[in-house]
Amino acid sequence: MQFAGLVVVGIIMLVFLGVQGLKLQFFFGVIIPYLALVVFCLGLIGRVVKWGRSPVPFSIPTVHGQQKSLPWIKASAIDSPVTTAGVVARLALEVLFFRSLFKNVKAELGEGRRLTFTWEKWLWLAGLLFHWSFLVVIFRHLRFFTEPVPAVVHSLGSLDGFFQVGLQAFFITDLIILATVLYLLLRRVCIPQMRYISLPADYFPLFVIFGIALSGISMRYFFKVDIAAVKKLAMGLVTFKPVLPEGIGVIFYIHLFLVCVLFAYFPFSKLMHMAGIFMAPTRNLANDSRARRHVNPWNYPVKVHTYADYEAEFGRKMEEAGLPVENSQAKVS
Amino acid sequence: MASVPKPDQLLKIDHRPPQTGWMDTPVVFKKGTYSHAAKAKNLEAVDLPNPRDWSPDQQDWKLPENWKEIVLEGLRERLSRYRSLQIFMDICVRCGACADKCHFFIGSGDPKNMPVLRAELLRSVYRKDFTTAGKILGKFAGARELTTDVIKEWFYYFFQCTECRRCSVFCPYGIDTAEITIIVRELLNLLGCNIDWIAGPVANCYRTGNHLGIQPHTFKDMVEFCVEDIEKLTGVKIEPTFNRKGAEILFVTPSGDVFADPGTYTLMGYLMLFHELGLDYTWSTYASDGGNFGFFHSMEMAKRLNYKIYAEAKRLGVKWILGGECGHMWRVIHQYMDTMNGPADFLEVPVSPITGTRFDHAGSTKMVHIAEFTADLIRHNKLKLDARRNDHFKVTFHDSCNPARSMGLFEEPRYVLRNVCNHFYDMPEGTIREQTFCCGSGGGLNSDEFSEMRMRGGFPRANAVRYVREKYGVNTLACICAVDRAALPPLMQYWVPGVEVAGLHELVGNALIMSGEVPRTSDLRGNPLAEGDGDGDV
Repeated sequence: MQFAGLVVVGIIMLVFLGVQGLKLQFFFGVIIPYLALVVFCLGLIGRVVKWGRSPVPFSIPTVHGQQKSLPWIKASAIDSPVTTAGVVARLALEVLFFRSLFKNVKAELGEGRRLTFTWEKWLWLAGLLFHWSFLVVIFRHLRFFTEPVPAVVHSLGSLDGFFQVGLQAFFITDLIILATVLYLLLRRVCIPQMRYISLPADYFPLFVIFGIALSGISMRYFFKVDIAAVKKLAMGLVTFKPVLPEGIGVIFYIHLFLVCVLFAYFPFSKLMHMAGIFMAPTRNLANDSRARRHVNPWNYPVKVHTYADYEAEFGRKMEEAGLPVENSQAKVS
Repeated sequence: MASVPKPDQLLKIDHRPPQTGWMDTPVVFKKGTYSHAAKAKNLEAVDLPNPRDWSPDQQDWKLPENWKEIVLEGLRERLSRYRSLQIFMDICVRCGACADKCHFFIGSGDPKNMPVLRAELLRSVYRKDFTTAGKILGKFAGARELTTDVIKEWFYYFFQCTECRRCSVFCPYGIDTAEITIIVRELLNLLGCNIDWIAGPVANCYRTGNHLGIQPHTFKDMVEFCVEDIEKLTGVKIEPTFNRKGAEILFVTPSGDVFADPGTYTLMGYLMLFHELGLDYTWSTYASDGGNFGFFHSMEMAKRLNYKIYAEAKRLGVKWILGGECGHMWRVIHQYMDTMNGPADFLEVPVSPITGTRFDHAGSTKMVHIAEFTADLIRHNKLKLDARRNDHFKVTFHDSCNPARSMGLFEEPRYVLRNVCNHFYDMPEGTIREQTFCCGSGGGLNSDEFSEMRMRGGFPRANAVRYVREKYGVNTLACICAVDRAALPPLMQYWVPGVEVAGLHELVGNALIMSGEVPRTSDLRGNPLAEGDGDGDV
């Protein structure tokens, strides 16, 4: 954890020095974002293609509901899907609502050798709120990258900013993202088993995202940056006519650089679960392997023990026991 | 059963992880928690590499000189063959939702039995040799060098996973530890590191067609022994046929049911049912085991052993195949057989000759589960049943892992149970159906020397049985798996004394009214039936 924390602090220092000291605004404001985007896109595509190149030799869905068998037994269309629609529904529920995580139960060994199970919804709740908030935040940021800003971005912004603090809209997702990242972090630190399994690679993205959220919030509510100038920079980037307006505070560059770090880091990390969830053969296949043959592209011939081999060894005993044989040895001898 | 500490002793479990990080905590081979090494002769029997006599608790495992190269090349090959492996190596976020879903973690507290950490044992090696970040950052990226200690750790913990897939149900991305265990076991096999409880049955099964090494004439004798018992109990003489060409149906079941109690009672149930129906079916001494310990060994071995089923169906010219009660056998049949050894275009889509029901859901594989077959019979009123003959049983049902999480076979056996028993009580939600707990002995881990770990792993299952025993007075644990029938009796004896284990079709056999039978005075086990109210005792 310390390692991951130090790296993130180092990153922030780097930007501070680079922008304040060395005046590398163009590097941090233009070159790095383009670079991060290229790494993200190529990395993501490369990883998915790499996964896709490995075939799915067997049909191995994990079945969560009654199979489709006899007509009078009600089959579970989503938990044991046999149609594409069923598979899509199953995946959609996983992706949109984290359905498997929703089932999470905590096992505890209590008094009198009793094992009890309690519904553990906090991880599910925090995870879901975190991901949805993140999505809303990203969507809200479209106002920097579009001109005119689509109405839907505006309305989402007003919905998110329903609660006013003073004269300014306060985005509820800002608060949620900070709170949930903190929860996910504390969970890792405080639960002994979680701490035991956690790697620097688990803390690092949490710190980066926390840094992104914190710098973003500071910019909005505390150290005000020139929003018009930021928009100019953003529009320059998306129209491939980069400009570098004056007067954007260093806090913005920290925010932007952390976002770039997250993007560039994404394809090489566990964050790829975003793409992987769609490709896991345990969830994206139909439970129809007895109705439709699944083909294995590398199904090579193997050495087998044929019936002829078997009869060659046991034929005499079989005949003596009155079992039918293909080639009677009694007749031969 | 080998010596196991008393239940209270065993349950002094500390679920807190040790002080040292998991990469720096070497594995300790403690008696009762690991299985004996595969004997050289059992590897030689099926042409496997590095046959030798060795023991896991010894320092020198006599690995081949280039063991590291073999493992890394094996891993590289498997990454290119299995998308599942590639994805499961890359996307785990270590959220920990799987941790307390594993029966072995619940029962042992060993953090490396948390599915996430079990998988990290492989992931750490994958990162070191197959990812850029791992190569550069090493331990900070969660990567570590492949050493002989890692091999020993793999052997210990991947033969402490029963491939039950329970963790996969709770994983938000469906990461399936069974898939990882299967692949690590393949890698270990490349070095000749297996356990004898798997290697022995595999060698037997390859040669004789069944895990127990029963030769054809003996197989026939053993089935006929059950026939005699049936005649004694019911007065009905049954004449099963073996290796008979031209039969309509080939029946394949795990050999455990032929071999020992209480599986033999299930076998009697099959025989009685088929006789009563006048089913045109045959047994095979060559395809004399549907179970497939090859599956606990490698995909290739699974295919080598599974081959005989279709081959025999073709040779005998049957129309379709009926399969008996077995767990992992049904995972192989449902998810692998058609892919591995199909297409079964020489067979027909299964149709019940009694009810005319066409089993379209098995239209390609052409093999039907006996619970599906019997449920269909009962639904169509084709069986005369007297459920009162099971009144001395208060029954609960154990969903075997594979038919549950790999098939979704939930209602068929319950429908049969409700029709052949008057007292059936399900265990609580969260411990049945897709969330069922393993018997603790699946995946080829049913060895005597592994008893302590089996009792630990079976604890969550036993705990749920104890709940229904205390609440409803349950005294019988019904199941549809031959490994269960071998593993659950000692488990019950240890944790929940007074609960017997019975196969589904043993209970069918009890209830089945056969034409020409004498009045039954006892059940298939020879227990006297109670008069009248059915409140008899076992």
